[in-house]
Amino acid sequence: MSSLQFDIAHLLAGSLVLASFMMLYQDRLYALLNVYALHAGVLALSVGWQAYVQQAPHLYITALIALVFKAIIIPVALHRIIKRLGIHREIENVIGIGLTMMAGIGLVALSMVVMLRVTPGADALAREDLAFALSVVLLGLLIMVTRRNAVSQVVGFMSLENGLVLAATGAKGMPLVVEISVAFSVLIAFIVIGIFLFRIRERFDSVDVQALDRFRGERR
Amino acid sequence: MTIDALGAILLIPSLSAALLAVLPGYMLAAKLNIVAALATFLTSLSLFVIEPTSGQYLLLDDLNKVFIVLTTFIGFTTSVFSASYIHHEIEIGRLTPAFLRFYHAMYQMLMFAMNLALVANNIGLMWVAVEVATLTTVLMVGIYRTHEALEAAWKYFILGSVGIALALFGTILVYMAARPAVGEGLDGMVWTVLVKHAAQFDPALLNVAFVFLLLGYGTKVGLAPLHAWLPDAHAEGPTPISAVLSGLLLNVALYALLRFKMMLAVNSEAIAPGPLMVTMGLISVIFAALMLYRRRDIKRMFAYSSIEHMGIIVFAFGMGGPLANFAALLHMAMHSLTKSAIFFAVGHIAQVKGTQKIAEIGGLTTTNPVLGWGLMLGVIAIVGLPPFGIFMSEFLVVSSTFARAPWLTVILVLGIIIALGGLFLRVGAVMFGEPKGKTAPAEASYVPMFTHLGLVLMAGIYLPPVLVTGFQNVAKLLG
Repeated sequence: MSSLQFDIAHLLAGSLVLASFMMLYQDRLYALLNVYALHAGVLALSVGWQAYVQQAPHLYITALIALVFKAIIIPVALHRIIKRLGIHREIENVIGIGLTMMAGIGLVALSMVVMLRVTPGADALAREDLAFALSVVLLGLLIMVTRRNAVSQVVGFMSLENGLVLAATGAKGMPLVVEISVAFSVLIAFIVIGIFLFRIRERFDSVDVQALDRFRGERR
Repeated sequence: MTIDALGAILLIPSLSAALLAVLPGYMLAAKLNIVAALATFLTSLSLFVIEPTSGQYLLLDDLNKVFIVLTTFIGFTTSVFSASYIHHEIEIGRLTPAFLRFYHAMYQMLMFAMNLALVANNIGLMWVAVEVATLTTVLMVGIYRTHEALEAAWKYFILGSVGIALALFGTILVYMAARPAVGEGLDGMVWTVLVKHAAQFDPALLNVAFVFLLLGYGTKVGLAPLHAWLPDAHAEGPTPISAVLSGLLLNVALYALLRFKMMLAVNSEAIAPGPLMVTMGLISVIFAALMLYRRRDIKRMFAYSSIEHMGIIVFAFGMGGPLANFAALLHMAMHSLTKSAIFFAVGHIAQVKGTQKIAEIGGLTTTNPVLGWGLMLGVIAIVGLPPFGIFMSEFLVVSSTFARAPWLTVILVLGIIIALGGLFLRVGAVMFGEPKGKTAPAEASYVPMFTHLGLVLMAGIYLPPVLVTGFQNVAKLLG
């Protein structure tokens, strides 16, 4: 692999981590969705580049799924749901943005330390991809735990899943990548339909997950 | 192309799921559900007579044979229970025929997904199967559309998805570790190939992979502290699903974990997975045992009891060695049979009384003696009193590990005793004393419950030598 190819792959994977960071400090739902669309777009580029570099045409399918389904259909659908539910204003963070960013930096450092240390044998690109992918996964988890709103938790989960796709495409020659990305898309579609069908708003008058807490524990 | 028995146990449930999805009339659907489950069970029995050869995608060895037979058997008995259960739900209008069509299709879908996870020889395929099983159960947990059911489904969904995601990351890392030794492409995910070459894998990468797999599939096993979804999902869904969740789905996730444990065991430089599993198992036992005391909902209480027993099983598998593995396998089979029998009883009890709250149920042994004593027998079995099979398996777990780790075993026994106290305390109030709540006679199917209890009793008194040799072979395989 030429050094230019490596650099571009590196740049795209790094951008994905950056997009994850951008999600961390969004305080409006629409803005969060827009950043997620960007996140998915960067993923599509990154996967597409991997498909070209590895000469693995089936990965173009994964890239296409990322572009069409994750970067366009899902954000548009969530936009409409948010509009219907009338909740576009608020995102309540459990802890402050500054603290969240610090935690995010810590998680990225952690994944670099863990991944680069255990993969000295693997080729450079796969190592870096794996470290970036773990960062995106951990940042996704962080988004899920720092948000109280069900929609933004789902967005956190979807960004986590983007990290997994990055890891799967970075592992050269991994079988079933397309199948797994399709399986994940089904999972996400279920979640989005779930928000709508479960009609959390109608049931609880809020998509704030705190409202769900009333029903937690035992029925009395 | 001929279809062997391995293909058939996947084909029967998936075709039935498609058929049940379009079939109107829930009475017929319930019967078809039973027939399909019985056919799958009989096919799985044929695996003992004619052994199909394992391929790149499907695998059959002594380990998954045990799991497949257990899964299809309980799948069959639960479908019998389910038929009488849903009949009552339709009568009181808690479920509509349209929902039932969906329910039956999902039931067979779940059977398909669990069987696929058990026979998959490809770790990617296994992951997809566990994901499908999770999705179908999420849909069924939320089927009552109440506040609590929706919250339980949502919680299960989010926690289950995160668990699944972590498991996939672990799976990718295993592939990365295998690539230098096995080469690129499909072979890098075929379990039999992986095990053969695992000694040459990079141990550091394998260690990280196992941590992710343990956290991911451990969430699905319901190990503390990753268990938060489990009590809600058990309490709020339809009771047949609680029985399948406790009796089968937890086992399937455990099976996935065992496959990776076997892989790590081959690599001498990788960490021993044992201590991690022992720790998580013990935490689960103690935690769940203490939680039993404050339960107000009867299904939720037995869900905590499932966490406790999964803890015991994971502890025993973590200790390893032929005897402890044997005990763990036996305990797993006994727990699945007993716990699903208990849920069969609890399901009918909750229907008779119209509530799941322990405080509102009382004097069952006088108002509904068969159900009451059935549940009582189940509880006696589940807490590990003789002469039932769980006594024997718990005794084997304790005695096989006592010599090697006396302190750990003391903690384990303490947990078991605390759980015994908690269960008897709560169940005593339900069983005896003043009859409370409605006292209508139950329209129940007792056969599945007493079949299970009978099997557990028989295993406690006399374990057939065929079974013993079978389990011993598996225990040796697990190392």
